[in-house]
Amino acid sequence: MQDDIDIQHIELQLLLQAIYLKYGYDFRNYAKASIRRRVDHFMKKENLTGFAEMQSRVLYEVDFFERLLLELSVNVTEMFRDPSFYRSFSQKVVPYLKTQPFLKIWHAGCASGEEVYSIAILLKEAGLYNKTQIYATDMNQVILNQAKEGIYPINRLKLYTENYQKAGGKESFSDYYMAHYDHVVMNKSLKENILFSDHNLATDGVFGEMHVIFCRNVLIYFNRDLQNRALGLFNDSLINRGVLCLGSKESIRFSTYSNTFVDIDRDEKIYGKNTSHEALL
Amino acid sequence: MVKIPLMKHYYKAVVIGSSAGGINALIKVLSVLPADFPLPIVIVQHLHPEGGNHLPSILGAKSALKIKQADEKESIEKGWVYLAPPSYHLLIEEDFTFSLSLEAAVNYSRPSIDVLFESAVYAYHQHLIGIILTGANHDGSQGLKKIKEMGGFTIVQDPKTAEADAMPTAAISNTQVDKILPLQEIGIYLLQLVNRTTL
Repeated sequence: MQDDIDIQHIELQLLLQAIYLKYGYDFRNYAKASIRRRVDHFMKKENLTGFAEMQSRVLYEVDFFERLLLELSVNVTEMFRDPSFYRSFSQKVVPYLKTQPFLKIWHAGCASGEEVYSIAILLKEAGLYNKTQIYATDMNQVILNQAKEGIYPINRLKLYTENYQKAGGKESFSDYYMAHYDHVVMNKSLKENILFSDHNLATDGVFGEMHVIFCRNVLIYFNRDLQNRALGLFNDSLINRGVLCLGSKESIRFSTYSNTFVDIDRDEKIYGKNTSHEALL
Repeated sequence: MVKIPLMKHYYKAVVIGSSAGGINALIKVLSVLPADFPLPIVIVQHLHPEGGNHLPSILGAKSALKIKQADEKESIEKGWVYLAPPSYHLLIEEDFTFSLSLEAAVNYSRPSIDVLFESAVYAYHQHLIGIILTGANHDGSQGLKKIKEMGGFTIVQDPKTAEADAMPTAAISNTQVDKILPLQEIGIYLLQLVNRTTL
């Protein structure tokens, strides 16, 4: 049995190496335990006989790889997830953003876009949207297209509306979308200043100077090295006194960049680059 | 005295899964263990998404062990009891650190016991003790089976002593478990098992 585990470990490494060499997607520094789960789950779903079939189909069938790619990236999200985060951002960061002539915001790992639209709504209500350019990026083109379309199942809207209200939303949430049968379409006006594009935190570089970066619940899937790579990109992208927002169980504290960032809100994982909360006010 | 089987090998960690009625059951098990219990204990207790942040202090008040919510990338140390944070899957990496995941629920549960147990098998191989306590669903029975198959030790709460018997019943029917014990005996049995087999 010990042997089996060692062999499974080698097979997983080989598969990730094959994906990288053939397609350029680099999962080699993802946290192993959860990527293994997702690979196993995919193999069951596709009724594969074993690793040999998996490896050969990944290499020879692009469609097959694209299905695997969807499985490997975790795209579970919701609008105004963690409402207390949005409340804190409004109170502690928005006053500073109001002092800036224009804003560039990077939403890294935006998945199907729910949290990008949440930020767009927050910025609109704060009167900041018109001077903002949002870059929403994800490594997965299929998911990115969903984000661009902004179409969501209507059965999620009860939760989203509750989250919006808890997050301190000022308007009626239903003003931000049009309902069509079993889904809703987010308003065009929310999309005007959002640029959706392809970017991979494992392999791509800096593409602009940012005032704020959101990267929430992405780093948890990376190992330490890849976390440091991503945080390095964020550090290099942020202006001095720029703001970094991570997921509620993520922290910059044990990374290479711990000393560069100061807590703006420790519990909500909002950090200022070379600045404190007091200095932002 | 509880009779302890002769062990060929030693243990490095304990994983516990509990659901409905689990908080009282966990208190019963943990309150028996001394502060110098030599293995880390990692627990998935199913909770309401917004209700779980007080669990470490609830359990801590009744136990000599240090209890905390597991942080991502944290190293797993003996003397500690780690709890899965509410709404996240908790996994153990091969370098004995934690990772968290927001993947879809497994067995309608996030955190899921199966997810923790299956990842723990990859990290600890046969040096693992798995325990299933009270619960009203079937989570954990796949993971417990993997622990057993790998040569780890498996304990299930006697369903007759469980507030909800579905989860221990499912675990027993899915795996030839090593021990089925009434709730009040699990802690003391664990202590003796570990004292006997820890290097």
